[in-house]
Amino acid sequence: MTARIGVVTFPGSLDDRDTQRAIRLAGAEPVALWHKDKNLHQVDAVVLPGGFSYGDYLRAGAISRFSPVMETVIEQAKVGLPVLGICNGFQILTEAHLLPGGMLGNDHLHFICRDQKLRVENADTAWTADYTAGQEIHIPLKNMDGRYVADPYTLDKLEAEGRVAFRYLDFNPNGSLNDIAGITNEAGNVVGLMPHPEHAVEPLVGSGRTDGLPFFTSILKKLVNA
Amino acid sequence: MSRTPLDTVEHAAATPDVELPWAELGLKKDEYERVVEILGRRPTGAELAMYSVMWSEHCSYKSSKVHLRQFGEKAPQSDALLVGIGENAGVVDVGQGYAVTFKVESHNHPSYVEPYQGAATGVGGIVRDIIAMGARPVAVVDPLRFGAADHPDTKRVLPGVVAGIGGYGNCLGLPNIGGEVVFDACYQGNPLVNAGAIGVMRHEDIHLAKASGAGNKVILYGARTGGDGIGGASILASETFDDAKPSKRPAVQVGDPFQEKLLIECTLEAFQEKLVVGIQDLGAAGLSCATSELASNGSGGMRVTLDDVPLRDSTLSPEEILMSESQERMCAVVEPEKVDRFLEICDKWDVIATVIGEVTDGDRLEIFWHGGKIVDVDPRTVAHDGPVYERPYARPDWQDALQADDANKLPRPQTGEELKDQVRKLVASPNQASKKWITSQYDHFVQGNTVLAQPEDSGMIRIDEESGLGVAIATDGNGRYAKLDPYHGAQLALAEAYRNVATTGAKPLAVSDCLNFGSPEDPAVMWQFAEAVRGLADACLQLGTPVTGGNVSLYNQTGEVAIHPTPVVAVLGVIDDVARRTPVAFQEEGQLLYLLGDTREEFGGSAWSQVVHDHLGGLPPKVDLERERLLAEILISASRDGMIDSAHDLSDGGLVQAVVESALLGGKGARLVVPDGLDAFTFLFSESAGRAVVAVPRSEEVRFNDMCGARGLPVTRIGVVDGDTVDVQGEFALSLEELRTAHEETIPALLA
Repeated sequence: MTARIGVVTFPGSLDDRDTQRAIRLAGAEPVALWHKDKNLHQVDAVVLPGGFSYGDYLRAGAISRFSPVMETVIEQAKVGLPVLGICNGFQILTEAHLLPGGMLGNDHLHFICRDQKLRVENADTAWTADYTAGQEIHIPLKNMDGRYVADPYTLDKLEAEGRVAFRYLDFNPNGSLNDIAGITNEAGNVVGLMPHPEHAVEPLVGSGRTDGLPFFTSILKKLVNA
Repeated sequence: MSRTPLDTVEHAAATPDVELPWAELGLKKDEYERVVEILGRRPTGAELAMYSVMWSEHCSYKSSKVHLRQFGEKAPQSDALLVGIGENAGVVDVGQGYAVTFKVESHNHPSYVEPYQGAATGVGGIVRDIIAMGARPVAVVDPLRFGAADHPDTKRVLPGVVAGIGGYGNCLGLPNIGGEVVFDACYQGNPLVNAGAIGVMRHEDIHLAKASGAGNKVILYGARTGGDGIGGASILASETFDDAKPSKRPAVQVGDPFQEKLLIECTLEAFQEKLVVGIQDLGAAGLSCATSELASNGSGGMRVTLDDVPLRDSTLSPEEILMSESQERMCAVVEPEKVDRFLEICDKWDVIATVIGEVTDGDRLEIFWHGGKIVDVDPRTVAHDGPVYERPYARPDWQDALQADDANKLPRPQTGEELKDQVRKLVASPNQASKKWITSQYDHFVQGNTVLAQPEDSGMIRIDEESGLGVAIATDGNGRYAKLDPYHGAQLALAEAYRNVATTGAKPLAVSDCLNFGSPEDPAVMWQFAEAVRGLADACLQLGTPVTGGNVSLYNQTGEVAIHPTPVVAVLGVIDDVARRTPVAFQEEGQLLYLLGDTREEFGGSAWSQVVHDHLGGLPPKVDLERERLLAEILISASRDGMIDSAHDLSDGGLVQAVVESALLGGKGARLVVPDGLDAFTFLFSESAGRAVVAVPRSEEVRFNDMCGARGLPVTRIGVVDGDTVDVQGEFALSLEELRTAHEETIPALLA
């Protein structure tokens, strides 16, 4: 038996099917979840994919956070359901207060799409266990509002507790504080990041690398061994 | 004329002497008289609105039609063509039960007025054309042309256009995989913003724009209709019919990509459940176009109640509703028993959908407003029987002098040092420089099937994960060549796009074009247009790639000065297994570099003549389509059989530009030797067509040479992938670092 990993489709989600493919390639079973449906259909983990849910109107992630499916995701995440937020999914997680801080527009005011170098800072979360701490990887990044910000107290706390999961290397593509690309909650079951690991899972397409696959094998191993 | 009583058909018949503002709406006197003749009475205001927009140059192709017919008359036999010219977009069979639809359109004028929204809605429009064929859009490409790179207005237009394309396309989840960015002072007041899109479907999913089956319902869905994009109609609306209303509305539409994304998903779901009999997107001419085209392509008539159209602005008049170009709207014809399910799907995606009419067994398009019949026409007369002009054309008197001003006679670099300087200048020039600053604002990863994207020779998308089947697309156009010789310039555009597709390993199948020209009322421009169409049609016939559709954009001129004639050609190709694709980047040191094709002294219209001498004159490179076909066959075979590891087509900038790009992308240099019989300058800068540079692993050298020899393609060994310089032996060497700086810093310095 393999793990069932849900991928939520909000109106305006874009990388939902790509994330399902990455889950499949890792050997798990992707399950499509619909934003209007509170039922998580017995999934073992949930991914909130990238995109422009609700057109990013008001603020990226601000409306999706109130969708019916998020009620259950928020409730379950608090008691240990593994949740990964990619790009817009990360934005939704901060809007839902499952992760601290928030995202502002890129400091250069342009959309940016590039293969981004990162350092894995925390390899102890549900979604990063197949990496080693300090490992350098390349993951595609593509966003308009990717500048991670938080108040100084929160930043210090994140750093002190080792909750910065990924950091931009060589080039900070959006002005994120402390070069933060992704963070985790205290329990390590909720992870959010701006880059898109689902676009680095096959040598032939996307960035041509497979540096993103460990996200999905990490969670699979954790769930299957649980 | 007042709004009361309502200008119904009955009222129009009873008041034959009422003057209508046909001239303000852009109709000529004889065109208006033709409308009166067709109807046997004066048109109502609503009918006039419909005829005026549908008979406009943009919708009716009245100046270009007589020439465009050649694309049909000279169409090559092609088993691949499933749907040809005349539908929303052409459809091509790519095997394994898949069909691909693609098209390029222009959104030039609006993008100059309002760069962001103009470009954004250009993407939106072309994507709806693709959905309307039944396909899921899988990629977009954007061929762009701007004024001089250092002109202050370019800094206004270009960033806005790029942000608009990104803002809309990124938000739709469509990878942007190709296109071009060209600068030339001739586009200063007339930037060309062309947008192309590709969609994929199964053969059985092809949908057409026709309303058949009496009793079937006509459903308008998507955004509410507002006063945006009424264009000429604003005159009708705000000055003539009712002075009390909000005046002049903006003529540029405003896009909402979020709404369009919902429209895509909801339409595809309706297709999947086989709920749709016919479908049409609402683009230019809005409801006027959708209703008249659906009705005229179907078997019956249509009755529409305009009061049921959901409005953003309740004060809109029926004429405005008919002419509004509000974005993100589609019109579907659905059998009555399937209407509920269709509306359910729309509701699931939070898309507003309304039954606004039905198909009748008559042959009239009838439209009602407040209970009165305000339109009663034969829809074919609106959609298809527009005026056709045989515009006078004549070879301009300056053409001979232009061609006599031979670029081959320009002073050439004499020493290795001068060559080196000119190479550095070339790769740093705005047209030859890296466009990464622009393309990094486009998402090229989304959908997870992008195999190749810009700056590769063609964009490539995997369409089947199991088999690896994929499609490639390249767009090309060189206005400088076309200015020197429009017939051959158009052929060179096709040849280059065809070659680019083959260079990546895909087999070219079909063509779409976007023909950008000046005013058709200028006989010189009309001659350029006629020549370009003739050249393109002849070349398509010879290469066996039919034109499946496209777009004409005229009046691209400011005052008396027209843009360079700029036919932009998109070629679609298919590749059996995308794992076999050939990239531009050098892969491995030690691999041998071969030049395929013949190099002649051809500098007319070249990048070198522009960059070094600011010169445009002489003749463009010679066209040899049989050679192009042979070269393509060799490139495709070599890719399939694993004989080459990288390949780059030679075009503007010549061999040195291609080698520098391959070197920078691969992070590996090259040692080049000038072949016998060529001087270093011609070797590096000539723009002879029908050429490519390939990198061959040593293990494949014999096999590759044998293949070229057996098929009669000239092949010359010119060097090896090696080191961290581009070293032309005996002449000069430039480090990759220096080349990278020169190549990559130009555009950000000008525009960021």
